[in-house]
Amino acid sequence: MGILSSVTRSDIETFLFEEAELLDSWQLEQWRELFTNECTYVVPNLALPGDTPVDGVLHLIVDDGHHLSERVKRLGKKTAHAEFPHSRCRRLITNVRITERGESQLRASSNFITYRTSQQVTDTYFGQHQYRFVEQEGRLRIIEKRTILDIGSLRPQGRLSIIV
Amino acid sequence: MIDSSSLASRTKASLDIDEAAGIFRVARSNYVDPEIFRAEMENIFSKCWLYVGHESELKSNDSFEARRVGGRPVIFLRDKQGQIRCFLNVCPHRGAQITRHRSGRARNFSCIYHGWTFENTGKVRLVTEADTYSSSFHGEGRNDLVAVPRFEQYRGFWFLNYDKQAISLHDYLAGAREYIDLVVDQSEEGMTVVEGVQEYSARANWKMLAENSTDVLHVETLHPTYLDLIRTNSGGTMVRGKLNGGGVALGQGHAVVEREATYGRPVAQWISLWGEQAKVEIDQIYSRLVAKFGQDKAHRMATRSRNLLIFPNLVINDIMSITVRTFQPVCEDYMEVSVWSLAPKEEIGKPAMQRRLTNFLEFLGPGGFATPDDIEALESCQRAFAAYREAPWNDLSKGFGAPESHPTDEITQRAFWLAWQERLCGKGAG
Repeated sequence: MGILSSVTRSDIETFLFEEAELLDSWQLEQWRELFTNECTYVVPNLALPGDTPVDGVLHLIVDDGHHLSERVKRLGKKTAHAEFPHSRCRRLITNVRITERGESQLRASSNFITYRTSQQVTDTYFGQHQYRFVEQEGRLRIIEKRTILDIGSLRPQGRLSIIV
Repeated sequence: MIDSSSLASRTKASLDIDEAAGIFRVARSNYVDPEIFRAEMENIFSKCWLYVGHESELKSNDSFEARRVGGRPVIFLRDKQGQIRCFLNVCPHRGAQITRHRSGRARNFSCIYHGWTFENTGKVRLVTEADTYSSSFHGEGRNDLVAVPRFEQYRGFWFLNYDKQAISLHDYLAGAREYIDLVVDQSEEGMTVVEGVQEYSARANWKMLAENSTDVLHVETLHPTYLDLIRTNSGGTMVRGKLNGGGVALGQGHAVVEREATYGRPVAQWISLWGEQAKVEIDQIYSRLVAKFGQDKAHRMATRSRNLLIFPNLVINDIMSITVRTFQPVCEDYMEVSVWSLAPKEEIGKPAMQRRLTNFLEFLGPGGFATPDDIEALESCQRAFAAYREAPWNDLSKGFGAPESHPTDEITQRAFWLAWQERLCGKGAG
């Protein structure tokens, strides 16, 4: 029996809590290791439905594995000015569910609120994370993550400089 | 309260220009003073041509887009006969918005408050309990939607003007028309706005984004993480170095910086990340441009980038992708930014579109590798401008009065400020 058939909702919840902890503590290289090498990380356009396909549409973030690794590298640099000094963030993860269990993949979702404080201004981001997991070397790995923000526009947040 | 003459003297004093000494400075109070902001709303945002939208956004008859332009709510629409129009989004009756949707399709608009209804030509269709009004109340056109005073287009880009007496859009665009042409002519079938607007904001004065959008001096210092990315993407072939090109003032406060592109361009400069098939496609696009426009112009279109500012608040940057960016001042220290991606129609459904959008997102937008750092810099300036009494001047002297121009000279910013001053104080100011 593979991990995909035995994993419980609670296991997924633990995984997502640990993911949030890695992001909150700016351990972004370790966070990148939660993903497969080839993967996608998408933040769809806020003015369009959250399930809008990637192709031919202007979204906010559409990273493949290469770009996600480069994004992590960028955020580790002092010259990523929007995030240096690092903002302080806290991610609240809730409503965790397994939404589909297939033979080769598992889908799950969580609702979230992310608070970000920088330069004495606090911004709030909220929405839903949608994941597609696969098994790799006996461990769950994220092959796709889609972060649907329900904030309509980035006003007044102005930026999506963190991994929400 | 300040009267207009003291405002004129304040804004006159708000630039410090000494060409012989090569000094061009801008008072920081211009970014923080609410009186200046009010004067801008009257003298710039009620008098200049302001960008509304691109014709391709209105895909079919009855399509509409609701947006804010110059602080007013407007509806940009294609009516039932196909004519593109622009109305104030306010009910002639008691003032509720005619539509509260950001976009959609509607043949008629019905006000939620008391039910007055209008055709998308603007004509009133229903006045609630019409027979209880006097007969003269229903005079021809009296209760129709209010159209914006002036509404004109250039090559598919629609602009409004709240001043009936304004010069034509064609004349207003002046030297900027050539640069709009260089964008639009890249397409065989015409340009289209890609689905999806990016809407964000900055806690900063709007003029800083006008300055920033054609500022290439900041690229090395503010955006090294982007430069690292493009070096990786190009297999090390795109390297930092001398930027050949420079800034040009185009009249009316419009300005452009044109220079050799140090990144891949969908039309038409190939990078290794895109693969060999893309090289074939890009070579074909390049050959088509040569056949149509000749070697020199094709080379210019394909391998040079252009950051174009159309005064006061439209940017068309034809860089690693084409972005159409407009920013609406809300108050002296906050603006709303709307951004679209423009693409040749023939790229729809093709790999070329994905290259274009990937290029876009790598640099541009609130999740890009560069734009968040621009926003950070602008907001940092706004916070620091609180020191304007003791540290009163911003410096834009680079290359001012110099015999030779350099690509990173602050020519475009100076052109913007001179037009700004003329708008606020009249001709001959300063």
